Amino acid sequence: MLNIIFNYLIFPGFLFSVCIGLIAGWFDRKVTARLQWRKGPPWYQNFADILKLLGKETILPSSAKLTFLLAPCLGLASLVLVATILGRNIISPSQGFSGDLVVVLYLLVIPAISLILGASASRNPLASVGASREMKLILAYELPFILSIIAIIIKSGGAIQFGTILNHQALFGSNIFSWSGLIAFLVSVLCIQAKLGFVPFDVSEAEQEIMGGVLIEYSGLPLAIFKLIKAMLLYTLPVLLIILFLGQNLTMLSVIGKFIALLIVIILIKNTSPRLRIDQSLRFFWRIPTLLAILAVILGYFGL
Amino acid sequence: MDFKLSALTKSIWVFHVSAGSCNNCDIEILDLLTPRHDVERFGIQLVGSVRHADALLITGAMNKKAVVRMKKIYEQAPKPCVVVAVGQCALSRHLFRYSYNVEEPLDKILPVDLYIPGCPPKPEAMIDGIVKLVNKLKSKK
Repeated sequence: MLNIIFNYLIFPGFLFSVCIGLIAGWFDRKVTARLQWRKGPPWYQNFADILKLLGKETILPSSAKLTFLLAPCLGLASLVLVATILGRNIISPSQGFSGDLVVVLYLLVIPAISLILGASASRNPLASVGASREMKLILAYELPFILSIIAIIIKSGGAIQFGTILNHQALFGSNIFSWSGLIAFLVSVLCIQAKLGFVPFDVSEAEQEIMGGVLIEYSGLPLAIFKLIKAMLLYTLPVLLIILFLGQNLTMLSVIGKFIALLIVIILIKNTSPRLRIDQSLRFFWRIPTLLAILAVILGYFGL
Repeated sequence: MDFKLSALTKSIWVFHVSAGSCNNCDIEILDLLTPRHDVERFGIQLVGSVRHADALLITGAMNKKAVVRMKKIYEQAPKPCVVVAVGQCALSRHLFRYSYNVEEPLDKILPVDLYIPGCPPKPEAMIDGIVKLVNKLKSKK
């Protein structure tokens, strides 16, 4: 019992993933700054942001105060659970339970749902525009994302457990080095971009047009929790990709190297593309990535 | 040294309000974010919503219509929030001081913490002003 609480709150769970996530967030800002020939913020910048937000006044809307406050906590709690499951699986792959992949897939949708809940509770018209865009974006990216994961499940013999998928990769090499795995990896990198709310698909909080969108009414503590959610997504999603696609060699050093490489890919996509409108992103996700993911499923079925 | 205050001075999120300015000060403010002056080094960011703001950067002479909006915006900002008047217009109404629709200067309406003179002020002057403000906040506590 004590072990579970320790796992959830400290080591692979809350504290660890938040620290790594905030540092990954700083890495994102720094690389972005270097790409724009700027110097960029110091390494503790995101920690200072969070600390500052904790000390600010929290302004509540006159209606739906409870939903407004509970929505970010819901998202954070589910993400901490994801981080714990993924972290435990990397440390000892045999300790997972059957079906933890499905659990993680469900839990990864909850942060987006908490954004929608909070934005709707704030009763701001711009926030509701952002919430509706976020909703459509979920519909857009979940289909190719789940299809690409189904390709991996088929490749590892119908296993819906991280441990079995990791074992399969330890025996037969990383999934990314097969055709179906490569295609599924490319598709899921694009989907992760949308899950993180990074630039080609950041319509839901477009700062220039709807001024922060879903986050517009948030201040103080709940805003800090949403910032933590963003930071933890930047940790959990690349780790999920590492487990699913690059899981052959899981020593400490190689995990860190793969994590940084994935981060750089994500940041480069973020910095080199313009924002897509919501209809464009929906059309994009339902055409090319979905077709590619179906192709990956078929190739995986034939064992390629 | 206060813990919250030191975090606040290391990450100032700025909301930019134009109260009827001629756009010159606004362009100079945007210059702060360019590679030459890069204020993100100090953790200063422009934000889209007043609810996230730690500092209101107000430019322009306050005409009658803007005064009402400006008071509303100030009330919407979460408090500890500083008000920075940028440019000669926001300081003293400049060449609009005898105008029929500009009745009061900014500091009669909102509590201004920092004045940055100039028409428009140089980006260096703004960075200097922010450094002085941070020092003032630190010495107050």
